[in-house]
Amino acid sequence: MISRRGLIAGGALTAVGALTATPAHATAVEPFHGIHQAGIATPPQAYAVFVGLDLLPDTHKEAIVRLLQLLTDDARRLTQGRPALADTEPELAMTAARLTITFGFGPGLFAAAKAESPVAPLPSFTVDKLEKRWSGGDLLVQICADDSVTVAHALRVIVKDARSFAKVRWVQRGFQSATRRNLMGQVDGTIQPADLDRAVWIGQGPARGGTTLVLRRIRMKLESWDAADRVAREFTIGRRLDTGAPLTGRAERDEPDYSQVNRLGFPIISEYAHIRRAHVTDPGLRILRRPYNYDEGLTPDGKSDSGLLFASYQADIDRQFVPIQRNLGKGDLLNEWVTPIGSAVFAIPPGCTPEGWIGDSLLS
Amino acid sequence: MFSRHALLLAATVVALAGCGSQQVAAAPAKQSPAVVAKQSPAPALTITDPWVKTAKKGMSAAFGTLVNNTDAEVTIVSGASPVSPKIELHEVVESGGKMIMRPKEGGFVIPAHGTHELRPGGDHIMLMGVAQEVLPGARIPFTLTVKGGEPLEFTAIGKDFAGGKEDYQPGMGHK
Repeated sequence: MISRRGLIAGGALTAVGALTATPAHATAVEPFHGIHQAGIATPPQAYAVFVGLDLLPDTHKEAIVRLLQLLTDDARRLTQGRPALADTEPELAMTAARLTITFGFGPGLFAAAKAESPVAPLPSFTVDKLEKRWSGGDLLVQICADDSVTVAHALRVIVKDARSFAKVRWVQRGFQSATRRNLMGQVDGTIQPADLDRAVWIGQGPARGGTTLVLRRIRMKLESWDAADRVAREFTIGRRLDTGAPLTGRAERDEPDYSQVNRLGFPIISEYAHIRRAHVTDPGLRILRRPYNYDEGLTPDGKSDSGLLFASYQADIDRQFVPIQRNLGKGDLLNEWVTPIGSAVFAIPPGCTPEGWIGDSLLS
Repeated sequence: MFSRHALLLAATVVALAGCGSQQVAAAPAKQSPAVVAKQSPAPALTITDPWVKTAKKGMSAAFGTLVNNTDAEVTIVSGASPVSPKIELHEVVESGGKMIMRPKEGGFVIPAHGTHELRPGGDHIMLMGVAQEVLPGARIPFTLTVKGGEPLEFTAIGKDFAGGKEDYQPGMGHK
């Protein structure tokens, strides 16, 4: 059994404290250089855009290196509140607003560079209704900031520099609230890995300091969710809507007690409740969730296209993400209202030095 | 406050360089003077953030901020790069109601302990005939010849760029 005290001593400060969004501050800057790329353990910013790019057929290794050097230079400057080289709107770069620009490599990028890919597409899951327009991609750029204009400017700089090398496959925009509530009203992301060095960062080899990202676009059926009453909603998740506390506890951070039963002998947190299905006993196998809401618009009769950009970071997709997703697929009550419609996997290279570029340890 | 300072400095530099076009003077400064001032011990002349517009062939241009770390004015009289056999030092001026570019009489003058920005719509290093494609992200070597001093060698990064398309008006002595 993992004690709560051990969890706290083991780095609850970095895991839980660091993942609480802070108020927007225009000039706040996140460091760019380091062992890890920023934008993963960084406290989530208010706005995000994920862009998936496909390399053009003639973009081979030499060109990929040039592309990554260009994009690294853009990120290095923009994240520090400085204009990119040849920035046509330099004033927009002055508001860093905790901008982070994070790069990920899909299997296709490694193939184009004639290198072995450390990531492979996910196995198919029964709940998936994947659409090509939200799936796959050779190169991921994740741009997050507390100012939506800063995000838009960074995206524009990046795609302009990528244009000669790659085509845009998809763009997914998200936002999140300091309350960490998703559009179903639930408090999201309560349980996170305590020890990122175990659960998130890769510990050895050329990818040391890197991680992997599974990005899932999960549509929420808010129209039928409207029909579920609060008791049903809380039963589905296993947490209270008001506080986010587990049904067996009083506060959000209370450990769920999966053994508690009601007077009829049934578990208080259902066998099929979302938090039980997603529960991982070994904290070292937890995934780091950094979800953003999406809300793309309304049909003429006012129905929403809403959901979650579920960004999951983990050292090992097969050992961490896949078993959780399998458990959810087998009987999560929430599946009635949520459907994965997009899916992509990326190797997130380590961070780089002031002289280096993102991916240099993997592609040099 | 920082940006106003930079703007004032840039305007001053432009005025000293004798290039009084309103458009040039009003454009924002890209380079932090604080960063420039930190370079120590400094070579006599440096360039920060050099870049060159990508081109398959024909004309292109290189930009950056020239920094003079000496007590005396520095004059750049010519430029060279393996990707273009012919290179000129250009300015952009108003002529007949539109902006044109032309060779700059006397070259680029960087005041003592001052900077001189080369940018689209302003002074720039003009590649007259790109013979070897300038690819995005490529590192292109340049040499600038300094009157009475050591040449400045640097590497500019190829960047895709839509602007910098002023009409070319050849100066005296060539077509």
